[in-house]
Amino acid sequence: MSFVKYTVSALAVSAAFATAASARDQVQVAGSSTVLPYASIVAEAFGENFDFPTPVVESGGSSAGLKRFCEGVGENTIDIANASRQIKEKELQACADNGVSDIIEVQIGYDGIVFASDINGNGFAFSPEDWFLALSDEIVVDGALVANPNKSWADVNAAFPDQSIQAFVPGTKHGTREVFEDKVILAGCEATGAFDMLKEANGGDKKAAEKACIRLRTDGVSVDIDGDYTETLARIESNKDGIGVFGLAFYENNTDKLQVATMSDVVPSTESIATGEYPVSRPLFFYVKKAHIGVIPGLKEFAEFFVADEVAGPDGPLAEYGLVSDPELSKTQAVVSDEAIIGGNS
Amino acid sequence: MSDISQTPSQIATAGKAPSKHAGSLLAQSPHTKKRNAAERRFRAYGMAAIGVGLLMLLILVTTIVGRGTGAFQQTYVTLNVELVEKKLDKSGTRDLAAIKKVTTFGYAPLIRDAVAAKVAELGIETDLKPKALAGILSKDAAATLRAFVLENPDQIGETVEFRFLTSSRVDGYMKGRVSRDSIANDKNISPEQLDIVDAMVGAGTLETVFNLDFITGADASDARPEAAGMGVSMLGSLFMMLVVLALALPIGVAASIYLEEFAPKNWLTDIIEVNISNLAAVPSIVFGILGLAVFINYMHLPMSAPLVGGLVLTLMTLPTIIISTRAALKAVPPSIRDAALGVGASRMQAVFHHVLPLAAPGILTGTIIGLAQALGETAPLLLIGMVGFIASNAPETLADGLLSPNSAMPAQIYEWAKRADPAFYERAWGGIIILLIFLVTMNTIAVILRRRFERRW
Repeated sequence: MSFVKYTVSALAVSAAFATAASARDQVQVAGSSTVLPYASIVAEAFGENFDFPTPVVESGGSSAGLKRFCEGVGENTIDIANASRQIKEKELQACADNGVSDIIEVQIGYDGIVFASDINGNGFAFSPEDWFLALSDEIVVDGALVANPNKSWADVNAAFPDQSIQAFVPGTKHGTREVFEDKVILAGCEATGAFDMLKEANGGDKKAAEKACIRLRTDGVSVDIDGDYTETLARIESNKDGIGVFGLAFYENNTDKLQVATMSDVVPSTESIATGEYPVSRPLFFYVKKAHIGVIPGLKEFAEFFVADEVAGPDGPLAEYGLVSDPELSKTQAVVSDEAIIGGNS
Repeated sequence: MSDISQTPSQIATAGKAPSKHAGSLLAQSPHTKKRNAAERRFRAYGMAAIGVGLLMLLILVTTIVGRGTGAFQQTYVTLNVELVEKKLDKSGTRDLAAIKKVTTFGYAPLIRDAVAAKVAELGIETDLKPKALAGILSKDAAATLRAFVLENPDQIGETVEFRFLTSSRVDGYMKGRVSRDSIANDKNISPEQLDIVDAMVGAGTLETVFNLDFITGADASDARPEAAGMGVSMLGSLFMMLVVLALALPIGVAASIYLEEFAPKNWLTDIIEVNISNLAAVPSIVFGILGLAVFINYMHLPMSAPLVGGLVLTLMTLPTIIISTRAALKAVPPSIRDAALGVGASRMQAVFHHVLPLAAPGILTGTIIGLAQALGETAPLLLIGMVGFIASNAPETLADGLLSPNSAMPAQIYEWAKRADPAFYERAWGGIIILLIFLVTMNTIAVILRRRFERRW
């Protein structure tokens, strides 16, 4: 029964490999799909320039990445979590519960969120109020809160063309959604006065009012996209009235299909985001497990390389791809080289 | 005798009266007409169904081929680069450690100078700065240059001819994917750069040729889609298939032989049988979750490793193999077994010497189809970390191939389809062509095996 022998030996060999594999020699990264392109650009350059193997970068979203990051310490857990938002108190607690107490927070730069529509369609000059009036569940009409009656952009703002409202916004598992809610919908809510009315209706509860503000209408006018920007782009290509939410870098790679809308009369670009003129932007982060430094070869070198001037600086490959570099990059570099953890030097 | 004396007309009326079906064989009755019409209609439906199927296939194949063939061509530019000693090896000692200190960023100026020199040599008038001129080239060029210098440190100081990749926009322009109109708002390339590209094409410096690197190369980051290739993820798939073959075939065949030839028929084996069929219908993502929980979290096998991917796909392929093996064993007539037992063979001898060889073509066919299924599977790989920017280091040894992180062909296609640069989209379609070639080949082998070796009784 030679094949039985072969099977047994094959199993034995793979078992032997598995034990030999216990020493991982490449950095493992997972998290936000917004940070993924930047992380992969750095990983590629890192693999080229150092004697360490190219780090592995997976996506899956900020929350999923941080969840895996907080699973514990050890070679079977990831070393770095990418996030398009700051880590939450709850996540820090989950980390601490699993023994991941020393976390280094690294801010790599800023990313702009743009609103874009089909290249051959109407152009728009939005303000946060327009988006609130177009997409919110309840708006103020004649001094009373009513279910959003707006069907066309002309209803929202007389200056807009008569084009039916159709928005493709990132789904709730995306970090981008949170920025969209905070910097656009909530800002619009406050500007239109709906916030005060909602606060009153909720008995002065600010939190509840905020929650009510960012509740989007569910009658099909606003569509949540749980996939990537490519899906949003495909939706806009099939529905010419659609307006989608994209990352700046994605838009810049697809300028032949998309036209970008201004926000508060500012055209989004790396410059206008860097100066803070363009309002809808957010910082991007990655989180390093301090316990893995010195255990996983190349981890600290990778983190330092990521924020080095020639990589993350204004002339580096990341800025070229669409990252708005952090004017205080030297501070970040100090954080990485000192291995300063969240919550001080305990 | 009144019956006999009936006139022919009477016979006719008598014949007609008891049944309305009677009539001439030559003239169809309404009922027959209706039945024939129903058959004609059914044939027309059948033909329409096949027609729709063929049309779909035609649309699918033309779309894939039409969109994917671009990936098999790539634009290159030939440049003479002076390997300046002052920049690459300040000490002049040709010490590899010292040369390694110069990163790819240090190589960029050399490339800038080389492009500027080429443009001057060709006599092209331009206002573009050297940095913009170098924008025609891929960011991979510096990496190519550095790798060459590290391998041939003795050539520092000389001028060497290189063939560099051009940037994805230039490549798209050469292939017709990018036009001067479409780049109106594009900050990655300008019409002036395209003028230079046109001039270089005229001089024969820049040309689009067959792209072997797409088939053999590694994945590349979002900044350089032109350098991305399928090669490493193909190896990942290969190692996974090795694991599947090494585990699923022996386990599946052993299980089927036992169930079919030796196991007593009782409620326990009935339950096993039903559950194997159930297992075949379980969605593949479930096996992915199982793989994550058992192989990675519990057994602590490495993440993103083709070994784990292979184990998960083994679980998925096993039912397919068991079902087809049992069918093949069942198809061997009992007379073969009886004859073997009759001349004094033990049951095991009867199975291994007589039944199994006759069932082998069927087993192999089932195995190949199971493998083909596993080869195209993406969903379970999502959960065990094989999707992302992973397929960048080609494995060097067998252990490396099984254990170091890698992707797989369908996962790589999925990853490319998600990325922002349209050049990746083209490569995703190209990847589909490669994957389809594999699948069609495997299925053809399965068909040939079945046709040539399968015996029917």
